[in-house]
Amino acid sequence: MIKAILIFNNHGKPRLIRFYQYFAEDMQQQIVRETFHLVSKRDDNVCNFLEGGSLIGGSDYKLIYRHYATLYFVFCVDSSESELGILDLIQVFVETLDKCFENVCELDLIFHMDKVHYILQEVVMGGMVLETNMNEIVAQVEVQNRMEKSEGGLSAAPARAVSAVKNMNLPEIPRNINIGDINIKVPSLSPF
Amino acid sequence: MPAVSKGDGMRGLAVFISDIRNCKSKEAEIKRINKELANIRSKFKGDKALDGYSKKKYVCKLLFIFLLGHDIDFGHMEAVNLLSSNKYTEKQIGYLFISVLVNSNSELIRLINNAIKNDLSSRNPTFMCLALHCIANVGSREMAEAFASEIPRILVAGDTMDSVKQSAALCLLRLYKTSPDLVLMGEWTSRVVHLLNDQHMGVVTAAISLITCLSQKNPDEFKTCVSLAVSRLSRIVSSASTDLQDYTYYFVPAPWLSCKLLRLLQCYPPPEDGAVKGRLVECLETILNKAQEPPKSKKVQHSNAKNAILFEAISLIIHYDSEPNLLVRACNQLGQFLQHRETNLRYLALESMCTLASSEFSHEAVKTHIETVINALKTERDVSVRQRAADLLYAMCDRSNAKQIVAEMLSYLETADYSIREEMVLKVAILAEKYAIDYSWYVDTILNLIRIAGDYVSEEVWYRVIQIVINRDDVQGYAAKTVFEALQAPACHENMVKVGGYILGEFGNLIAGDPRSSPLVQFNLLHSKFHLCSVPTRALLLSAYIKFINLFPETKATIQEVLRCDSQIRNSDVELQQRAVEYLKLSSIASTDVLATVLEEMPPFPERESSILAKLKKKKGPGAVSVTELEDSKREGGELNGGGDRGPDTAAMAASNTSTPSPSADLLGIRSAAPVGAAPSSAGSLLVDVFSEAGPTAPSAAVNDDGFLSSAPPSEDPAPPLSEADELLNKFVCKNNGVLFENQLLQIGIKSEYRQNLGRMYLFYGNKTSVQFASFTTTVSCPGELQSQLNVQTKPVEPLVEGGAQIQQVLNIECLSDFSEAPLLNIKFRYGGALQNLTLKLPVTINKFFQPTEMSSHDFFQRWKQLSQPQQEAQKIFKANHSMDTEVLKAKLLGLGTALLDNVDPNPENYVCAGVIQTKSQQVGCLLRLEPNAQAQMYRLTLRCSKDSVSRRLCELLAQQF
Repeated sequence: MIKAILIFNNHGKPRLIRFYQYFAEDMQQQIVRETFHLVSKRDDNVCNFLEGGSLIGGSDYKLIYRHYATLYFVFCVDSSESELGILDLIQVFVETLDKCFENVCELDLIFHMDKVHYILQEVVMGGMVLETNMNEIVAQVEVQNRMEKSEGGLSAAPARAVSAVKNMNLPEIPRNINIGDINIKVPSLSPF
Repeated sequence: MPAVSKGDGMRGLAVFISDIRNCKSKEAEIKRINKELANIRSKFKGDKALDGYSKKKYVCKLLFIFLLGHDIDFGHMEAVNLLSSNKYTEKQIGYLFISVLVNSNSELIRLINNAIKNDLSSRNPTFMCLALHCIANVGSREMAEAFASEIPRILVAGDTMDSVKQSAALCLLRLYKTSPDLVLMGEWTSRVVHLLNDQHMGVVTAAISLITCLSQKNPDEFKTCVSLAVSRLSRIVSSASTDLQDYTYYFVPAPWLSCKLLRLLQCYPPPEDGAVKGRLVECLETILNKAQEPPKSKKVQHSNAKNAILFEAISLIIHYDSEPNLLVRACNQLGQFLQHRETNLRYLALESMCTLASSEFSHEAVKTHIETVINALKTERDVSVRQRAADLLYAMCDRSNAKQIVAEMLSYLETADYSIREEMVLKVAILAEKYAIDYSWYVDTILNLIRIAGDYVSEEVWYRVIQIVINRDDVQGYAAKTVFEALQAPACHENMVKVGGYILGEFGNLIAGDPRSSPLVQFNLLHSKFHLCSVPTRALLLSAYIKFINLFPETKATIQEVLRCDSQIRNSDVELQQRAVEYLKLSSIASTDVLATVLEEMPPFPERESSILAKLKKKKGPGAVSVTELEDSKREGGELNGGGDRGPDTAAMAASNTSTPSPSADLLGIRSAAPVGAAPSSAGSLLVDVFSEAGPTAPSAAVNDDGFLSSAPPSEDPAPPLSEADELLNKFVCKNNGVLFENQLLQIGIKSEYRQNLGRMYLFYGNKTSVQFASFTTTVSCPGELQSQLNVQTKPVEPLVEGGAQIQQVLNIECLSDFSEAPLLNIKFRYGGALQNLTLKLPVTINKFFQPTEMSSHDFFQRWKQLSQPQQEAQKIFKANHSMDTEVLKAKLLGLGTALLDNVDPNPENYVCAGVIQTKSQQVGCLLRLEPNAQAQMYRLTLRCSKDSVSRRLCELLAQQF
């Protein structure tokens, strides 16, 4: 079972936290900090698994993570999951994000946290894997999107400003970094 | 076009997020967030009804604020309102907020359930999926109660959309995990199993998680899944990479599903049906063959997916442990991976090989890789991988290679990462003992261990070496000689001093013939370390000195001089002082004969499981334990080493604070300040342990411990418990609600509920008079030991209770470990000026934490037999106090919290029950048998529990009930 999915950036700023087992709010933040501490000091060419931190539960748990440009994707899983399988799953999730957002970057995750959650929900549900087929996942997201559009009406109008706001924030033009198959734009952001 | 339309967001949200991002400091950020929270709060509270869009926007802002690590304590109601919106996006964000922020105990669940019910019956697949997601993510018992019967129907109905089926499968799985008793699979079993044949691979992917979980719990009912899983697997494995279209991932057909199928098969023994087995073996061979084929793609994802399947196949081969041919192939494959350039593969290969090493067919094959593994331990850059290598070395160790492996592990210890040193030390100690052919090698190894990693050598390790030396006389002389040499190092670890003191005290005579290690030289050597040591070690050394007096009369004068000096006989630590005084007296009064009897050589220890092994098992168990222990021992180690720099008094204080409370702590009255339930292995208690076996040598330690506590005058404030307090308590053993106490003034009612090791109790205080109660206070206390066994939390109540009014108090109860006393409730108030003061026992009894366990007659008696040690059983024969009516008895036994098992006892008159008591630290399995004898109006009650104190307590409690 997947106990938690954490996405944070190179400075440890959480971008998405999803727990499938109940932890109190402050505990959740503590787990994010501990996990960041464990993961961030590791080189990029060491293995992608490490024994779980103390907070989320003992020797039966592992952290399985991937590092893409500015973001860490960490899945905290128990021993019933295949390590390499989860690595593939992270890849599927990121590739799906990339398809849905067209060249996903950290900013997309910040400004569309809700959307990221919805996409994740099509992959993982209650800590178990719902679907691994990327086309199927994207199709589901598209269905949602069409429903959103059809309801858009008046309320959608003021929302156009979002893209403008996004550009306001960028001190310089994003550069592209090639990681595996995905282009992830890496804006150099001042951490906040 | 991207699937997510980036433009259609919410403007207010985007502005808020950018504001936060522009904040220059943490303070500014917090200020901005607080401003926003105030704004949202006022909007939610305002008179103007918010439209759906605004609610959605604010709820989304709250989610963002939550992500940044701020508590969100409002907005739940608004989120619940969004659920009943008929706009999809509003519903969606409502559900998201609830799955992220609502926990399963929330009071809102009922409202949420209503919305879910509507959406489930809406026939709109998207809405149904949202509702199912919510159930799967929150998964509370109340939800299970509401939907456990509905979900299986959705899952197997012919007209359900595939996407809904997928969600329903995982939803059901979650409910089964939280409330297995509510999910009754009976009639659905075969249709659920047949989901493995579903056309839609997504449905199979979701269903297999459900089936795996159900199979683990009910292997017999679900065993038909084996042949279905094999045929599914075989179809995938033999398919060309294009057959499965979208489920082909980087040229590998359905890797995730293949892994899950192989996992499912690991719940079962090898298939008995020859055809099925043949097909499966064929699959496994194909998978192994594919590993040797050239890759279809250079992408890492391709090899990842391929190897994910390969590793699961190998796990299955190891699990079956019956096909020597496959096992050897698996081992060779892993051997290749050991030298692979991918770190992940090296890691996984080491991990799998660990399990392979325990199979008799492949143990030898694993051993051929020893050089590679040792090399990994030395050269891997990644600590995770080195840890696996150390584990594998431990697993592949046997008599033939023990010396080599232990030597390698010892040399690795010198540079090992701090995080794994303690575990390495335990492993070295165990291997050294297990494979020792000559015990001088064993002694050398352990002393080396202390020299290299003294701080990480736990008490168990040095304690064990002493046990072994004492039990084997062939090694005693060598041990004495070796410790004597080791102690000559200018700086040696305190653990070395402990071992040295103990062994020389027992066997110093064996080396006393050599003038270089004459008695006086030995004594001076030990005493030169004395002042650098902590209190427990010094106490041990004092015992060694008195043993010296017996062994070598010529040292008597010198030692008496040492004992007599002020720093011993007037030591501020009572333990040391008492030993000095008693040993001095003993040595001067007693005749040599008496002395020789009292200070006789230690008798051999009874053979028992190595305490080190027990410790390693514990470490490998629930993780939290191992970490705190590690920290404790680190902390302790630090203090011990630091002791030398400080005065003896501060060192003593430090020791008494870090280890279990020593008598000196009692004197100062700071016992409660000492950590409650500190690690059981701390220095003080072990020392007592070592010597309590010795009996006569340590007359002091244990006796003092409680003396001061029990003689302390009881505090005068709260009244002693009422005389009928126990009787009142007994009324509540088998029920949770009722009136606890009543007199002319006050009535106290109780409602309580328990789940796992947690409980909540509502106390209702009713003022029966027409006059106000003033200064009404209640205090709950856990006397004595109970403090560390039960955690009761509450908030103070209103100090005024009007005439005729009732006030409520909520207690949250957590059971940390099993207990036998009841917490006390003290109530004080003024009624017409007179102080009323009464104390009751709160009806919190150990049986409240029962979890019923259903089992068959066979299982019951098997477990009954397993619990056959005399102390695990408690039995009482007693006269019936109440009606012996069957229904009444059944109701009582059910009220107890156990499962009442039918058709188990051969005699239908008898009642048998089973349950598990859930405490935070452990689970205690309990079996009960009640045999009524209607003619004699008597009962015989027998309890067998995995913990003896629980048997006794339950027996006491229950004997009052019937």
